[in-house]
Amino acid sequence: FSGLADVSITEDIPVEGEITVPVGSHSPDEDFSTLDEPVRDTIMRDLKAVGKKFVHVMYPKKSSALLRDWDLWGPLVLCVSLALMLQGGSADSKDDGGPQFAEVFVIIWFGAVVITLNSKLLGGTISFFQSLCVLGYCVLPLTVAMLVCRLVLLAGSGTVSFVIRLIVVVAMFGWSTLASTAFLADSQPPNRKALVVYPIFLFYFVISWMILTFTPQ
Amino acid sequence: QGGGSAVIDMENMDDTSGSSFEDMGEMHQRMKEEEEEEAEGEAGAAEEEDGEFLGMKGLRGQLGRQVADQMWQVGKRQASRAFSLYANIDILRPYFDVEPVQVRARLLESMIPVKMINFPQKIAGELYGPLMLVFTLVAILLHGMKTSDTIIREGTLMGTAIGTCFGYWLGVSSFIYFLAYLCNAQITMVQMLSLLGYGLFGHCITLFVTYNIHLHSLFYIFWLGVGGLSTLRMVAVLVSRTVGHTQRLILCGTLAALHMLFLLYLHFAYHKVVEGILDTLEGPNMPPFQRVARDIPIVSNAVLNTTAKAVALTL
Repeated sequence: FSGLADVSITEDIPVEGEITVPVGSHSPDEDFSTLDEPVRDTIMRDLKAVGKKFVHVMYPKKSSALLRDWDLWGPLVLCVSLALMLQGGSADSKDDGGPQFAEVFVIIWFGAVVITLNSKLLGGTISFFQSLCVLGYCVLPLTVAMLVCRLVLLAGSGTVSFVIRLIVVVAMFGWSTLASTAFLADSQPPNRKALVVYPIFLFYFVISWMILTFTPQ
Repeated sequence: QGGGSAVIDMENMDDTSGSSFEDMGEMHQRMKEEEEEEAEGEAGAAEEEDGEFLGMKGLRGQLGRQVADQMWQVGKRQASRAFSLYANIDILRPYFDVEPVQVRARLLESMIPVKMINFPQKIAGELYGPLMLVFTLVAILLHGMKTSDTIIREGTLMGTAIGTCFGYWLGVSSFIYFLAYLCNAQITMVQMLSLLGYGLFGHCITLFVTYNIHLHSLFYIFWLGVGGLSTLRMVAVLVSRTVGHTQRLILCGTLAALHMLFLLYLHFAYHKVVEGILDTLEGPNMPPFQRVARDIPIVSNAVLNTTAKAVALTL
């Protein structure tokens, strides 16, 4: 190493510096201190996110917004409203009013969990909560169908109303299945799409069946 | 200067799906930055006194922060280890490795009894098909219960349907597996689950048809035909894997009996019974015969009225 004795490092080549990643002084205040903003801003931001996802469900294009920023507010609201509307629809409403709400709730969440596990086991690349989010949001058309059915049942409950309700529910069921397939099937290997779509079809079929056979007392 | 500590960017973790670890990472980041600011402020005052990293004044603050940081890291490591141990669904992954063509082929095969019973037949240890069939059976059962206005007390329709189907699949599989162990049959638990699950395909078809077309004779034809075929297939496969006449008889007799009786039970327990029973009572339109016996005031009133009329006529 004798030849290296006269090697000297000049002053202007920097060999030392900061090891810290420089964090801009503004971003901590903007990103983390959402505690200081008014409650209205927080609520409006969340509501806008939920509303944007509703629009994505009603016009299912292949966008990744639903998957990227998943949230479970929308599914919760939809599930609770569907369960409330399906209540009191049996012969003896004194006894069966209670379990109806729990039934719908459990079916939706348990079914969504099973479908998610199934798609993960079949080799899907989507995460657990993203899948729950998509399945929950795609219940929106069926909730709309439930509203329409209730309104139609106010008018009467004959054969004509049954046919109208059947058409509406079948259309919304198809829409739900197509919407959720558009989001979820992309994350699967291409030859196994049918294996993932079938449980989704069954899930929305059960919900549609509950909506169609609802008769208020 | 005292503000230089290596900041570990906790936000870029392998799980990008918005788990709570990210929130912890944010909190941790915030803690680090607060610590930096605090340390900077303290170091600015204590700079002339000593240029050490851990100044005497900021000793407790710095040390406390580091201990908290370490504890958080250890806790995170333990939690992720426990999570990956218990919530590991990868143990089930090999049983779901199927193609749609395979599932379709197996569904059709479950109705065709094999002829070769001297050679152990191959059973695919797959759980996707059976699981989907059980859920389909649940859906069909729900449909049957709704159309026959079954009222379940102390429970829900959905709970009963799920409990019945899953209970049958898991319970009878375990029981037959236990019998197979006693009778020295060559079958594993997963294979038994798979075999019985695919045997439910016949049940699904039968119930789907007969819940919509209410003819008892049609049901009996389907019960014997379709139910019989799927039972024969399961029995043939089991026979091919068992040695000895008594053992074969025990195992296959039990399975056949349970399978056929289950179909019978599903049809009659969750379906409208013929309303001719109530035709003799005069009165308003009776509701269909309920599955749970209960005192229907209309019926008892009608009985009273009829008796009163009969008594009045004789007097």
